[in-house]
Amino acid sequence: MASRDDIKFLSNPKIGQNRSKYCRFRKFGIKHIDYKDAEFLKQFVNEQGKILPRRITGNSLKYQRKVSTAVKRARHLAILPYVTDLLK
Amino acid sequence: MRNYEVTFIVDPVLSGEEIKSTAQTYENQISQSGAKIVHVEEMGLRQLAYPIKKRHSGVYFCIEFAGETVSIIDALELAMRRDERIMRFLVISLDKYGVQYNQDKRDGKVGNRKKAADAAAAAQKEEEEKEG
Repeated sequence: MASRDDIKFLSNPKIGQNRSKYCRFRKFGIKHIDYKDAEFLKQFVNEQGKILPRRITGNSLKYQRKVSTAVKRARHLAILPYVTDLLK
Repeated sequence: MRNYEVTFIVDPVLSGEEIKSTAQTYENQISQSGAKIVHVEEMGLRQLAYPIKKRHSGVYFCIEFAGETVSIIDALELAMRRDERIMRFLVISLDKYGVQYNQDKRDGKVGNRKKAADAAAAAQKEEEEKEG
């Protein structure tokens, strides 16, 4: 009897399983989002510098609002760009 | 007591002394109007994400302070708006988590733990060298 390890799959069986999203602020207990930390805020914007939607980042509404305020503050202070290409 | 934080960008064309005196002016203004300065952070010369007034870099300063009246903020904003040496500024009020975060940041608790430990070790070494 072949054990599970011996079975070879043609394609990766893990593809297609959807990983459950979570709010990283709630999970790790981050209460304050620093607008001066560009590297951290870059996780929440796309390559053009647009804020990513909640359905992609998985943030809870409360923290998505805080993220968006922080990104907007960073843009005002020229820490993040308003519009760009190839930010990452 | 309310906690505030003001971040501003000083024109990098000025000489080093002028830049420092600019920051000192606002420190004095804040402390003279009855607010308590918690911390002054010099973030140094940084590349701007987009040009402001045809400059591509700027010297960032961040002052955290605690005050009672709102009139401090009005006076501060007015002075900054009139000042040509200042390219951009932002005054925000901090909630309790913001205050806590800034305190933790100063203690080196924020961010990569290994990095923070390294920084703390380096700081300690420096102090020892100063003493010795």
